[in-house]
Amino acid sequence: MFFSQSLETYLLIAVFLFVTGIYGMVQHRSFVGMLISAELVLNSAALNFMAFNKFTAPDPAVGQVFTLFIMGIAAAEVAIAISMVLAVYRRYRCDDPDNVHEMKH
Amino acid sequence: MLIYHYISEVLFFAFIVLVFFGGILSVKSKIIIHSVLGLAVCFLGVAGLYFYLDSPFLSMMQILIYVGAICIVLVFGVMVGYTPTQIAEKHLKGKNFMVAIFSGISVFFLMSAMIFKSEFTPALSKTGDFSMEWLGKSLIYDYCLAFELISLILLAAIIGAIILGQGGRGDN
Repeated sequence: MFFSQSLETYLLIAVFLFVTGIYGMVQHRSFVGMLISAELVLNSAALNFMAFNKFTAPDPAVGQVFTLFIMGIAAAEVAIAISMVLAVYRRYRCDDPDNVHEMKH
Repeated sequence: MLIYHYISEVLFFAFIVLVFFGGILSVKSKIIIHSVLGLAVCFLGVAGLYFYLDSPFLSMMQILIYVGAICIVLVFGVMVGYTPTQIAEKHLKGKNFMVAIFSGISVFFLMSAMIFKSEFTPALSKTGDFSMEWLGKSLIYDYCLAFELISLILLAAIIGAIILGQGGRGDN
């Protein structure tokens, strides 16, 4: 019985990553911190796809293709979000989500 | 042969430790550049886990894209946008601490219960294998539309980032 050969181990690691991302997202300190938490959540989804791909999927290519797409989406998201954070920083002179009120209304 | 299994198991736990402490560091550190460093460590651990999931190609892509591109972009964003002393003074204490702890723990226990209650049955028949050749073939033949769409998304993201980022920091 090896832990590296059981599906539940990978699922638990993915749950841990997801929970860490949610924790960082709720306990928001700055826009970049929230972006880092979003990356953790995305990575946990990718790890789930890879785990199910190895242990249960009929076609081993599906999960890998999905994980590649998640990586592409994450790269695009980070590029957009960083430039938006810089634009917000230029306009408001701060990176605290609580101080940026005008975008809410 | 069995000794190699045990060595790989020890390495597996080392990667789990990397993921664990990287994740903790990336959400708990006060200085934002340390968070990015923790994120890189966490991604390296996940890349190690991809080795155990029979996909060395995805492991290399994880290091290349996440650690090499995304973390570097985050570092650039931090360096252009903030100064570390400002951040360290302003965010000594996070907000919503109790809410964050409660939501994290409840989600963890709900999802763990779901994992341990569920029955995961392996597929009856398997097609293909874990080789890069099969992955590339299915990427080009079966998932061609998604492949094209992801390149369009990346193009749009690059153009949007250039437009949004015009002007730099705006000090002068």
